[in-house]
Amino acid sequence: MNGVLSISTVLNFGSAGLIVLGLYIVFTQKNLIKMVIGIDLAETGVNVLLVSTGYIKGNTAPIFSKTGLQVSSMVDPVPQALVLTSIVIGFGVSALALAMIIKLYEKTGTLDTSKIRGLKW
Amino acid sequence: MRKVISFLLLAGFVFYFATLTGGLIIPDSSADRNSVGLDILSRSAGETGSANAVTSVVVLYRGFDTLGEVTVLFLAALGVSVFMKSTGEKRKKVLDQSFILKTGSRLLFPLMFLFGMYIIAHGHLSPGGGFPGGVIIATGFFVILLTSESVNFNKTLMSVLEGLAGLSFIGLGVVGLLGPGNSFLQNFLPLGEFNTVFSAGIIPLIYAVVGIKVGAELSSVVYAMKESK
Repeated sequence: MNGVLSISTVLNFGSAGLIVLGLYIVFTQKNLIKMVIGIDLAETGVNVLLVSTGYIKGNTAPIFSKTGLQVSSMVDPVPQALVLTSIVIGFGVSALALAMIIKLYEKTGTLDTSKIRGLKW
Repeated sequence: MRKVISFLLLAGFVFYFATLTGGLIIPDSSADRNSVGLDILSRSAGETGSANAVTSVVVLYRGFDTLGEVTVLFLAALGVSVFMKSTGEKRKKVLDQSFILKTGSRLLFPLMFLFGMYIIAHGHLSPGGGFPGGVIIATGFFVILLTSESVNFNKTLMSVLEGLAGLSFIGLGVVGLLGPGNSFLQNFLPLGEFNTVFSAGIIPLIYAVVGIKVGAELSSVVYAMKESK
């Protein structure tokens, strides 16, 4: 199977699929919790895309765990560091959104956006 | 109608995505596309003493950014606490959990705590660091909070820990500012022997602080969620 599909292609399709799926959920679903799940999915897709930009074929993780590892045989560390930040921010966004949804449910008794006045799409 | 519109939007997005990455089917790159990454890789081991180049980027080269990230996490936790502040009566008695679940969670908690500490302490040697380690510790609290109906969870202690950890992060940065390096979050400790636990100057200290902060914060978030009605 070597050489049929490059890893960058697989990662591209995976991230595009995750982002599209997440955005589709956000666009079409009316349940607020499902929308948060969609945002999380899209965010995972973005993270996969970011990591895949730093990928170099055949190279190792950017950790000098053994002596003799060459700089030229490592992948780019910068996107990985950015994704670390992105994951944490994504967690904060989801936690805050879910807390707001819990409060909204207490106030209105429903999670359906079309039944909550002032949230019509 | 809505589905048609969203389908069109998504098709447009896929087209945009494909042009952005140079086509969906692309070959793997064999050379470093980014000179910043190559530069950091060749300098980080000597400059920061950290075996993990990602950690040296997160904690030192982009340390200010990490401080902002910690702030965002703090704001999210604060928001959750504000939203979840219990108004009025406490929640009714939760389901009585089985003996096996309760004992198992208590057995699991110290192990998870220890593993979180390990991840935090080895942030500069292996994948990991303050954020994942803090999350693992908070997961330990989460398991305990989910399975037992009454927990002696000291919220004040958690807030104090969190505040102190945030202050020490800034304090470490200010010490670097006043020290010989003359810049915020500059390393002021000896680098030590490469690829050992006690190395890499202030990176393990900062990651320990971040781990405490994240662990305390997320535990408080979970506790707030549990305690609300």
